[in-house]
Amino acid sequence: MDYFAQQLINGLVLGSIYGLIAIGYTMVYGIVGMINFAHGDVFMIGGFIALITFVILISLGLTAIPVILLVVLLVSMAITALYGWTIERIAYRPLRHSFRLAPMLSAIGMSFVLTNYSQVAQGARVKPIPPFITGGYTLHESADGFVIQLSNIQIMVVVTTIVLLAIFTWLVSRTRLGRDMRACEQDQTMAALLGVNVDRTISMTFVIGAALAAVAGLMYLLYYGLVDFFMGFVAGIKAFTAAVLGGIGSLPGAMLGGLAIGLIETFWSAYFSVEYKDVAAFSILIVVLIFMPTGLLGRPEVEKV
Amino acid sequence: MTAKPATGITSLLKTAFINALIALVLFSLMVGIRTEAGPDGQLTYWTRFGELASLVGAVFGGSIVIELLRQWIGPTSAEKLVPPAVQSGMSFIGRYLAPALLIFTVLVPVIFYDQRYILDLAILVLTYVMLGWGLNVVVGLAGLLDLGYVAFYAVGAYSYGLLATNFGWSFWICLPLAGILAAFWGVLLGFPVLRLRGDYLAIVTLAFGEIIRLVIINWQELTGGPNGVSGIPRPSFFGIPLDNSDEGLAARLGIEYSPTHRIVFLFYLILALALLTNWVTIRLRRLPIGRAWEALREDEVACRALGINTTTTKLTAFATGAMFGGFAGAFFATRQGFISPESFTFQESALVLAIVVLGGMGSQLGVALAALAMIGGFELFRGLETYRMLVFGMSMVLIMIWRPRGLIGHRAPTVYLAKAEAISSDLVKEGHG
Repeated sequence: MDYFAQQLINGLVLGSIYGLIAIGYTMVYGIVGMINFAHGDVFMIGGFIALITFVILISLGLTAIPVILLVVLLVSMAITALYGWTIERIAYRPLRHSFRLAPMLSAIGMSFVLTNYSQVAQGARVKPIPPFITGGYTLHESADGFVIQLSNIQIMVVVTTIVLLAIFTWLVSRTRLGRDMRACEQDQTMAALLGVNVDRTISMTFVIGAALAAVAGLMYLLYYGLVDFFMGFVAGIKAFTAAVLGGIGSLPGAMLGGLAIGLIETFWSAYFSVEYKDVAAFSILIVVLIFMPTGLLGRPEVEKV
Repeated sequence: MTAKPATGITSLLKTAFINALIALVLFSLMVGIRTEAGPDGQLTYWTRFGELASLVGAVFGGSIVIELLRQWIGPTSAEKLVPPAVQSGMSFIGRYLAPALLIFTVLVPVIFYDQRYILDLAILVLTYVMLGWGLNVVVGLAGLLDLGYVAFYAVGAYSYGLLATNFGWSFWICLPLAGILAAFWGVLLGFPVLRLRGDYLAIVTLAFGEIIRLVIINWQELTGGPNGVSGIPRPSFFGIPLDNSDEGLAARLGIEYSPTHRIVFLFYLILALALLTNWVTIRLRRLPIGRAWEALREDEVACRALGINTTTTKLTAFATGAMFGGFAGAFFATRQGFISPESFTFQESALVLAIVVLGGMGSQLGVALAALAMIGGFELFRGLETYRMLVFGMSMVLIMIWRPRGLIGHRAPTVYLAKAEAISSDLVKEGHG
C-alpha cells in the first residue's frame, strides 16, 4: 500500500509534465488541425535553455534559489516561445492551404532540425545539473521501514502545473485572445470575416504552446536533473498520446490524459517491467485510438462529404 | 521570414535587421554558450560569440538575398496547373527516361566493376528504391500515411537473420518467409487502424514502429537485444556459395575468384527484387484492387458508397507494402551480415517516406529518382556526420514549402474514359487514411 502511494505521487508528477506538453499539441491540433510533430523537440529546447541559464546564473554568483528559478523560468519561456513562433512562421504558415500531408511532413523535418541543431550546438552527451531544490516531507513511515516521500521538487512541479493551468484556462475562456482562438478553432474563414486576425491568433497559439513546453522542460530538468538532445522524441509521442487520450482539442482533457499516461507509465515500471514502459505507453495510444477515437473528453468528429 | 513583399531598400534592410535580431535571440544561449559535463559531473561552459555572430550575420545576409530573389522572380502562385506543353514534354521524357535509366542501372556493375565504393552505393540506393516503391503502395496508391514502415523492414531483416543463424536455412527459403511474416505483421497492424484517418493513422503507425524496435531491444533471449544478430550467412548463388572454396562459383566456372563477384551478385539481386516490386505494383494498379486503392486515396466516403470493401482494400495495401518491406529487410540482413535495432529507427521511416513524398506519391519513376537524390545527397554529407540529419531535416522542410507535391507533381489516372488526360495532382485530394 505504501509502495502504491509512493508510485501514485511519482506518477502524478510525471503526468503533470506530460500534461503541460500535451496542451501544446491539443491547442495546435484544435486550431490548425495538424500534429505539431516538432513540439516534443520544443520541449527539449526549453530544457536546454533552462540548463544554460542555470549555468550562467550560478557562475555569476547568484545564490538565492527563488530568484534563480524565476529568472530561469522567464528566460526559458521567452526564448522557447520565440522558437515556437519562428517554427510556425517558417515551416507551417506557408503550407497552411497546401494539401493535408504537407504540414505533417514539414513538421517531421522541423523535428529533425531541432534535434540535430541541439546536438550540434550543445554536444551529444547527457548534461546533468546538481540538485537545486532539496529536502521534502515524509508523509508516512510504515512498520517495515518503507517511507512515503514527497519531495519539494515534486510539490513544486504539481503546484506550478496547477497555477499555469488556472492562468491558461482563464486566458482561453475570458480574454480576447482566448475568444479569438476558439473562434478560429470553429471556423477560420468566418473568424477572419468577423475581424479576427487569424494569422496572429495561430502564431499566439504556437507561442503559448511553446512557453508551456518550456515550463515542462524546466520541470523535467529539475526533477530528473538532466537533459539530452534526444529526450524530445519519446516525451513528445507520450504527450501526444496524452492529448489523444484526453480527447484532442480539449484542454482539461490534455491535462487529464497527461496524468493518466504518467500514472500508467509509473505503475507499469513499478509492478511489471521498466524496459517495457514505453511499449505500454505506445500500446495505450493504439488501444485508445481504436476503441475511443474521440478520447475521454473529446467531441466526436463528424465526417463531411 | 516576411510575408509582405517589401519594396524599398529601407524596408529590405529593416526586414533583414528584424530577422537577424530574432536569430540573435534564438541562437544567443543555444549557440553562444556551450555547456559540457566535466569529468566529475560538474557542468562547465564557455562562450562562442564568434560562431553566434557569424550565424546572425548569415541570417542577415540570407534574408536580404531571399528578399531580393523574391522581388526579382516576382509573386508566384503556389498552386498552379501543369501547362500542357510541360505535360507533353514530361510524358515524352518520362517515356524514354525510365528505360534509359533501367539500361544504365543494369550496366552499372560492368561500367564500375573496379569501383567498390560506387557498387556499394548503388546497392544502397536500390535498397531505398525498393523500400520507396514498397511504401508507395501504402502511401502513394492507397493514401494511408504510414510512419512506421521501418517496422516491416525490421521484421524482414530479423526473420532472415534469426532463421538463418538458428536453423541454418538458406536465403532463398527465408526470403519468401520474411515477406510473408512482414505481410502478416502488416495485416496485424492494419486491422486495428482501419477506422483511423489521416494524422491519427500516422501517429499509430509511428507508435507501432517504435514498439517493434523496443521489443527487439528488450527481448534479449531471442534477438540479442542492442547487440544485434551477427554472423548472418551471405547469400548463395542458388545454392552455390560465392566464396574462394573449391565448391564456390568461381571455381566451378573456372574463373579467378574475386570478392567483387559477391557484390555484383548482390547488386543484381536487389535490382531484381526492386524490379519485382515495381512490376507487381504496376500490374496491381490495373487490377480491381489497385483501382480500389486509388479510389480510396481520392475519397473514402465515395468508395464506400460505391460498394468497395474498404477493410480488405486497406488490409491488402498494408500487407503488400509490408511484404516488400520484408523482402528488402531480408536483403539488408544478408548484405550486412549483421543487424541491430539501431538500423531500424524512426529516422529510417522518415527517410523512406521523404523519398516517396519527394517522388510525387504514386509515381514509380519519381520515387526512383528521389531515392537517388536523397541517398546521393546523404553520401555527399557523409563527412559531416552530425550535420547530415540537420541538412536532411532542413531539406524536408524546404521541399515541402517549395514543392509540396514532390518532384514529379502530376500523375496520370490509371482508368480513363475516352482519352488519357493527365491531371495535375494539385487538383486531387490526398490521403484520407
